[in-house]
Amino acid sequence: MAERVADPIIRLRGVTKTYGEGATAFQALKGVDLDITGGDFVAVMGPSGSGKSTTMNILGCLDVPTDGEFMFKDVHIETLDRDQRALVRRKYLGFVFQGFNLLSRTSALENVELPLLYRGEDKKTRHDMGMAALEKVGLDKWWDHTPAELSGGQQQRVAIARAIVTNPDVLLADEPTGNLDSERSVEIMKLLTQLNQESGITVLMVTHEPDMAAFANTIVHFKDGLVERIETGMRARVDA
Amino acid sequence: MLGTTFTLAIRSILRHKLRSFLTTLGIIIGVAAVVAMVTLGKATTAAVQQQIASLGTNILQVRPGQGFGRGGGGPRPPDFEESDVEAVREQVAGVTAVAPQAQSTATAIHEGANWSTTINGTTSAFFTVQPWPLTAGRTFSPAEEAAGKAVCIIGATVQQNLFRNRQAVGERFRIGGVSCDVIGTLSRRGQAGFGGDQDDTVIMPIKAVQRRFTGNRDIRLMLVGVDETYDSAQVQSSLSDLLRERRNIEAGAEDNFNIFDTAQISATLTGSTTLLTRIVAAVAGISLIVGGIGIMNIMLVSVTERTREIGIRLAIGAIASEVLMQFLVEAIVLSLLGGVMGLVLAQVAIAIITPIMQVPWMFDLQINIVAFAISAVIGVVFGFFPARRAASLNPIDALRHE
Ligand SMILES: Nc1ncnc2c1ncn2[C@@H]1O[C@H](COP(=O)(O)OP(=O)(O)OP(=O)(O)O)[C@@H](O)[C@H]1O
Ligand SMILES: [Mg+2]
Repeated sequence: MAERVADPIIRLRGVTKTYGEGATAFQALKGVDLDITGGDFVAVMGPSGSGKSTTMNILGCLDVPTDGEFMFKDVHIETLDRDQRALVRRKYLGFVFQGFNLLSRTSALENVELPLLYRGEDKKTRHDMGMAALEKVGLDKWWDHTPAELSGGQQQRVAIARAIVTNPDVLLADEPTGNLDSERSVEIMKLLTQLNQESGITVLMVTHEPDMAAFANTIVHFKDGLVERIETGMRARVDA
Repeated sequence: MLGTTFTLAIRSILRHKLRSFLTTLGIIIGVAAVVAMVTLGKATTAAVQQQIASLGTNILQVRPGQGFGRGGGGPRPPDFEESDVEAVREQVAGVTAVAPQAQSTATAIHEGANWSTTINGTTSAFFTVQPWPLTAGRTFSPAEEAAGKAVCIIGATVQQNLFRNRQAVGERFRIGGVSCDVIGTLSRRGQAGFGGDQDDTVIMPIKAVQRRFTGNRDIRLMLVGVDETYDSAQVQSSLSDLLRERRNIEAGAEDNFNIFDTAQISATLTGSTTLLTRIVAAVAGISLIVGGIGIMNIMLVSVTERTREIGIRLAIGAIASEVLMQFLVEAIVLSLLGGVMGLVLAQVAIAIITPIMQVPWMFDLQINIVAFAISAVIGVVFGFFPARRAASLNPIDALRHE
């Protein structure tokens, strides 16, 4: 843990991302430099189209930068191939989407167990860890409900349980409360705060709402494909 | 890893029952259609060939005159004599037996039942040339043949109409004023390609027929059995030479007899059944394509849904090959399931249809294997390739797929 705090767990240097080619090419990131300290709770803010999701997808190893360096735990992610990136996701990362992205017709527990299946955990371990993750998000009683039988807030909590079931180092959430009302949103934020503080998971979260960003310790502001400014030490201020 | 893949595949199949059912249905229809079509086609071919075989394969039918529909006008060419029969048997190489035939028609009467039928006078060689199993009794003894005794072997139609299908051997009936003992009954041959009901016949020693019915010693037909190891055309030509000599036909003059080769007829008919088989194969190919398109449609329709699913799986850390493996197993399981059900359905259809079509039931292993294999391949290919494309996407693009 101590080592985590000292060294940045994530380091972006001159990261660019260009969508499309030729005349229709569009540069969404124009050279992003960013350090994220292990154990931090980071909110990413900025106007629509400023490159927040693009950055998150790169950080989540779901997409690759066009150019620049992406160091995760001192590994050059930009040099890895598809399968190696998949293994990084499997081992170290959890991702939460705005649209939940749960498998339909599949119970909450089975959705949560899925990452463990790909890790090759046995049935009992999967069940125990899956139930433990559901308990953390307060849905252990709903384990056998399918997404269609759960509210939006509950679905997002299942998605968070799925993201944390493997005890990842980093939890990435792209507008996790974007589809939820403010009451549900606050519940989710409290949950993320709790995970950050109790389990020491580094949390990166995109949000448009200052109310939600207020839960974070660091706020990174994006503008036009670049990091505009970083506010940090917010929690110390709140705690004080 | 394989266990995991299998678990995932089975879960996915059970969870999407309608999709699984429709996919399987495409394969079931494809396999069943092809197997049923081809099997019924082959059964029809077999039925035709069976009729051809009932003609007897290597037989030359020799008649006076110049074949069907010719030889009008002029003096009627002479019939054959007993010495011709002997000469053919002794002097033509490759002849196994010669059965002379003399024909007449008469009404048979037994206990108030009467039936008009054809009387065929021949020798026991008739049964050598053209095997025709008896259901009971025996054929003529040499003594009965030599004496021209009034003994009869009756066909199934005569037995049915005169004896109401009861055992007839040992009975006596009257035919054209002659009292005749039944010494044998023939098995049923069924309709022949030509010449009506072969079972409507009474067979007697030729001497009896000549003396009591035709009133002369003429022989209207010789059935010549040809040894299978001989070329029937060769035998036919030496037979022709012999008969020309015996009938004093000058060189250059036309034959006043004709030889009808059943082997040739068989070859012609077999040729037409080959055509039938080809048509059936074409129909089968079309069924297979239709079935294949059905499978393809279902698979392609489910791609959108599945692409998002693939995106989710990739996002939570699955490797593309793992996801693909799951889809492959799914496709294989559904294809095999559909294939087996299709084969069963085909057998049921064949069992129901063959009696209606009056063709023999049959099981053709080859087409079962081929149809099963092709459908399985179609199922796997169309289940697998869309998935492969999806798995090659960036996870984020797969997730965004609409
Ligand atoms: N797949 C893509 N192909 C082409 N352009 C893209 C693609 N994804 C994003 N962009 C463009 O890149 C820019 C940055 O997009 P991004 O999704 O990162 O913005 P964002 O900051 O997340 O915005 P929002 O707040 O609306 O979610 C936008 O102008 C967007 O149109
Ligand atoms: Mg976004």
